[in-house]
Amino acid sequence: MSATVVAHGSKAPAHAEHHELGFVRTYLFSTDHKMIARQFLFLGLFMMIIGGLLALVVRWQLAWPETPIPGLAWLLTETTPPGILQPPEYNMAFTMHATIMIFFVIMPILAGAFGNFLIPLMIGARDMAFPFLNMLSFWVAAVSGVLMLAGFFVDGGHAAAGWTSYAPLSAVADYTGVNWGQNLWCISLFVLGVSSMMGAINYITTVINMRAPGMTLFRMPLVIWSLFITAILLLLALPVLTSAAAMLLFDRTLGTHWFLPSGGGEPLLWQHLFWFFGHPEVYILILPAMGIASEILPVFARKPVFGYHAMAFSMIGIAFLSWIVYGHHMFVSGMNPALGMAFTVSTMIIAVPSAIKTFNWLGTLWGGQIRFTVPMLNGLAFVSMFVIGGLSGIFMAATPVDIFIQDTYFIVAHIHYVVFGGSIFGAFAAIYYWFPKMFGRMMNTALGHLHFWPTFIFFNLTFFPMHILGIGGHMRRIYNPLQYDFLQGLQHWNVLITVSALLLGVAQIPFVINFFWSLFAGQRAPENPWQATTLEWTAPSPPPHLNWGAHLPTVYRGPYEYSSPEVPEDYLPQTRALARTAAGRRH
Amino acid sequence: MLSWWLPENVSTYGADIDWLFHLVYYITAITFVLVAVAMIWFLIAYRAKPGRRATYTHGNTMLEIAWTVAPTVILVVLTFLSLGAWARIKAEVPESDTHIRITGKQFQWKVRYPGPDGRFDTEDDKEFLDEVHLPVGKPVVFHLGAEDVIHSLFVPSFRFKQDAVPGREILEWVNVTKPGKYEMPCAELCGFGHSGMRGWVYADTQEEYEQWLAANVNVAADGGSPAASESPGPPTTETSPAQGNPERSGQ
Repeated sequence: MSATVVAHGSKAPAHAEHHELGFVRTYLFSTDHKMIARQFLFLGLFMMIIGGLLALVVRWQLAWPETPIPGLAWLLTETTPPGILQPPEYNMAFTMHATIMIFFVIMPILAGAFGNFLIPLMIGARDMAFPFLNMLSFWVAAVSGVLMLAGFFVDGGHAAAGWTSYAPLSAVADYTGVNWGQNLWCISLFVLGVSSMMGAINYITTVINMRAPGMTLFRMPLVIWSLFITAILLLLALPVLTSAAAMLLFDRTLGTHWFLPSGGGEPLLWQHLFWFFGHPEVYILILPAMGIASEILPVFARKPVFGYHAMAFSMIGIAFLSWIVYGHHMFVSGMNPALGMAFTVSTMIIAVPSAIKTFNWLGTLWGGQIRFTVPMLNGLAFVSMFVIGGLSGIFMAATPVDIFIQDTYFIVAHIHYVVFGGSIFGAFAAIYYWFPKMFGRMMNTALGHLHFWPTFIFFNLTFFPMHILGIGGHMRRIYNPLQYDFLQGLQHWNVLITVSALLLGVAQIPFVINFFWSLFAGQRAPENPWQATTLEWTAPSPPPHLNWGAHLPTVYRGPYEYSSPEVPEDYLPQTRALARTAAGRRH
Repeated sequence: MLSWWLPENVSTYGADIDWLFHLVYYITAITFVLVAVAMIWFLIAYRAKPGRRATYTHGNTMLEIAWTVAPTVILVVLTFLSLGAWARIKAEVPESDTHIRITGKQFQWKVRYPGPDGRFDTEDDKEFLDEVHLPVGKPVVFHLGAEDVIHSLFVPSFRFKQDAVPGREILEWVNVTKPGKYEMPCAELCGFGHSGMRGWVYADTQEEYEQWLAANVNVAADGGSPAASESPGPPTTETSPAQGNPERSGQ
């Protein structure tokens, strides 16, 4: 592959600086991993607005059922008074909230944007192994996003069978009244699966083949480990989802009966396929955020990460175990109870590597010189919220308890502590931390605090009371809790949650202002604003095409040499050659 | 009135579930407090101060072993406790003379009693909508099914939840300890009418239950003696209910 050889060559091609590309090749159909990263970031942030608004619509209905939603009278015209969300639209709203947030916000931002941006820059490569495939990966994802959004405009509305799309509900149009919406849901995820495959192949090849001289596997930053492992999970898990989506589409359109008992099919087959993808998917969403926290904590604690090898191996452990825990989503599905017992054991075991990581993050803070910057605050929020999300998972792993809390708001609380408290705080931390490198400008600190603190407070006020709802038996995905006698006493919590959720939404405004204002008018970023040690900070901000000038960096040591006694400063970059090169033996 | 804890439990195995719930609750609460206290302490004690340098360390093997082994031990104990209770609840369906077939259908529960002959799918079956009567103090077996999509029978006060899957008959049981009227919602998204799909379980004393049976179920077509039919033994269906959960039946 000649492209690989050129990009990998330790000498920059002679035309590196002179190669002027037109607007289209620079901003639209770019093969530069940094531009593709920015494209994924913008895709994810745009979709986050849609996904967030859908969540607020759902929350309004739950707090004040069947009352007009302010500002939506123009859209929901069929009710009197206009603006009331009806059950089919409510089901569509929560289905699409989750679908968009998982597939078009967290995956594009964490794996798409930061995977693309960080892998070449942090291992010392000039670009990805397959730059053209990389460009294709983004544009296929964009097509998938358009297909997904198109579902809102077709007759019958968008998919309304939950983001899990359990068959037969999802497999027969009459059961939901949704026809092309669900078809587009299947087609869009099929296309997105192809995009993820292209990305994953690229990440894996790049990490294996294109590391700079001296960059051994165990000198790689932990975020690169996390993205490498995520790519392997993507490569193996997404084909299962794409196959399942195709089978569902065939059931809906071609008359097959994979999931329909009327023709000899099996409804539980969908769940097995979906969760065999779905549980590794949870780790696809959280592993990059773990890597990001492992990157940011040492920088702002000015300390080496505690237990580097334990951190790397626990992620590898999670990756293996993630394939054999999926049945814990199906304890009361009708799956054989003996099989449930096996999944209980594996699920309890997978909690151990997560515990190891948490203790190592605490160990990293111990004895540090902690700087409370905005990326650090978001990184710390990730750690503390992930602890809550991890601990609440133990309730579900304890199978008998799961009988009661399955399908209640306890599950909703758990997933949001993991993917919002975990992945989204991880994404915010990453954006604040790498923004200077990505765009060459610093983000505003005051606005950063104005974003972080309300987000942290209202996140907890929104999602913590959901545990209480779940313990009270409040089912998820119901349209109107007041239809049930036993939920009357819980309604106050729903009101508190919705008010907090609305304020959580408002708290994102400073972020949007900060992002765009800094993009054009932020203070110019120096090469290494955080005094960090990893390779990306040795490139200019933002890095030029092919990242470094004439020579690729050479790596002499591990990525977290902070407060090393060998130098007077409190950081020792990976690229700096010391007179006594024996120091390079450390890690 | 603010409620904020588990609903009242009125089933035998519900006590097992609640005990385990509280055990997990205390373990996780203590863990969380310890982690949070350590974290806040570190954040305060080790905040950046001019002239101080961070401790240069890459880790500690003994600590790694300790914090790998400690959670493992706790989780292994929890695993065994969970598996024990799970087996008591799920592995075997106890002998019972009260069998009720509950079938989910968008958006109601069809509740069928076998009638005097003790067999389902015969002429003397009686069917009700969204209304289950059962006796307290002895095991009752539900034959769960669904006609269209997946539903889930949830009785919060019984700590009972089981998906009802089209194409399968799933056997589950409950032993209710206290008479009363209990809400029975559907817990699995089943379409636009999912919310509000619910029925009521009337847990009657043995006497009341007999009276209800006599008046509503065991009324033979020829007006024959209802009370006489004590219908011994479990009813038979097309598949054997011998195992807890037959992998597949019907289709």
